[in-house]
Amino acid sequence: MTAQAIYVLWLRDMKWFLRAKARVISSVVTPFLWLAIIGVGLNSAFARPGFNYLEFMAPGIVGMTLLFSSTMSGISVIWDKQFGFMKEILVAPVSRIHIMIGKVLGGMTTAMLQGALLLLAIGLFKVIGLVDIRTPGAAQLLQIVVFMILISVSFVSIGLALASVIEDPVAFPVVTNFLIMPIFFLSGALYPIGQIPGYSQIGTLPGWLSSLAHLNPLTYGVDGLRGAVLGASSFPILLDLAVLAVFSLTMVLLGGYLFRKISA
Amino acid sequence: MPAIVTKGLTKKFGDLVAVDRIDIEIEEGELFGLLGPNGAGKTTFIHMLSTILPPTEGTAEVAGFDIRQSADSVRAAIGIVFQDPSLDSRLTGRENLDFHGRMYGLTKEQRDERINKVLELVGLKDRADSLVETYSSGMKRRLEMARGLMHRPEILFLDEPTLGLDAQTRRSIWEYIRMLNDVENVTIILTTHYIEEADYLCDRVAIIDYGKIIALGKPEALKDELKGDIVSLKVGEPEKYLEVLKGNELVEDGKIVDGLLHLRVGNGEEAIPKLIEVVRGRGDQVYAANLRRPTLEDVFIHYTGRVIREEAPESIARLRARFWGRR
Repeated sequence: MTAQAIYVLWLRDMKWFLRAKARVISSVVTPFLWLAIIGVGLNSAFARPGFNYLEFMAPGIVGMTLLFSSTMSGISVIWDKQFGFMKEILVAPVSRIHIMIGKVLGGMTTAMLQGALLLLAIGLFKVIGLVDIRTPGAAQLLQIVVFMILISVSFVSIGLALASVIEDPVAFPVVTNFLIMPIFFLSGALYPIGQIPGYSQIGTLPGWLSSLAHLNPLTYGVDGLRGAVLGASSFPILLDLAVLAVFSLTMVLLGGYLFRKISA
Repeated sequence: MPAIVTKGLTKKFGDLVAVDRIDIEIEEGELFGLLGPNGAGKTTFIHMLSTILPPTEGTAEVAGFDIRQSADSVRAAIGIVFQDPSLDSRLTGRENLDFHGRMYGLTKEQRDERINKVLELVGLKDRADSLVETYSSGMKRRLEMARGLMHRPEILFLDEPTLGLDAQTRRSIWEYIRMLNDVENVTIILTTHYIEEADYLCDRVAIIDYGKIIALGKPEALKDELKGDIVSLKVGEPEKYLEVLKGNELVEDGKIVDGLLHLRVGNGEEAIPKLIEVVRGRGDQVYAANLRRPTLEDVFIHYTGRVIREEAPESIARLRARFWGRR
């Protein structure tokens, strides 16, 4: 019975995603533009022997897509409150925690679908020779999937936590943007935050910037993705994994705590 | 076993007592109405019974389960149609029902069977696969009632089921409510501030005001308690003539409502000319007169001195207080 409820909450998120055509298109086109325009453009400026900016940035844009899509998925809760559907969900004999799990899985799946489409685009870049990355094996694919899951679950939980306490559909994107922009900029998605062993030598960041980046959980997510895609990362993969797993768990607990108090 | 028994059920929002120690018993299979003005506590009352709001004091048994101890069992045994729309307009009618069926743990066979059954009951079978955003407001209301019945609840709550609907749609919804009560053999508890709705539909009506039940019984019995007829007179100085006419032997009771004299008399047809004579005898005039059999509105007036429909500033303030109290 519980599995059934979790499944139908997830199914509803899938239907919403697939029926909102504009959302599907923009969710794929925006990161693609980052790669194809910003990535290719900056690559012309920054490329050095042994350093292709486009391939450096590509895993970062996957991280960005996951971050934005996951956090924003909380908006569905706000709309459900606005349009009264949350009452239908909350009055059913299903516990809050299972409702939260259904919403997390729904948000995670939509974010990962977008991330996967972007990975295909990166594969396409490889085919046409824009980037020179290795073809991932099973271990790399597994690593990519695990990091994508951890990043998505963390930020969907944050989105749900915010959606539990925010009533206004206009305020929600404002608040989340305020939160996710610094997380994105400080994540090492767009520039290296330190030396990448086995990769090209890069100048050092000012201390404050480096410290902030090290405190940012997404840094470890992007690093883990980059490790899988490029075969080179700033931190050991196990460290990335440990930091992100702890962060994920904390955010799920926080989201669950706030979601428990949600009222229609 | 009664469908619902409440014991001193009370809800306070800060200082405001929205529901004040209500004790009632509702029988299985009854079509029961809660009639009262906006802000009387009707919605709060059924939200407590459906475990959406926890009571401040007291408790209730719904379908044999205590709302405090066994909220999940209560939820599985009831269906509810909220006052405000609560459908997902981006899903089809069938998908809304399927969502509900799965949330309530119905199997595939049960869902298929029930979806077809309830769609047929509310006459939406041919529109089942359209998106709900294309439905009219009456169709949405019917779909919500169908959804409330999906999991075969023993009790169905309808919160202001015809609020905001036009007269024709309202009539048709009434027929559906009666038929569902009959065919599905479900106990129905509805709230309304429409006199005719309570009068026409309900087996028994509880009149509620300021969180208290002030009268309870069959609509006919409630009206019969006010013996005789109601005569309303429009006069220049209602306060003065209230005093004068209350002393008249024909008048059993009198009140001023909305600036009109409301007089309860034994035989209206005979009383009107005599009452008019009294006013004229004092050199004043009766500008308008009305005679009617008592309605549930008069029952409400009898107990409260107010009409149900009036949006007293006081009741709006109560609503507002409740709104903020809930945050």
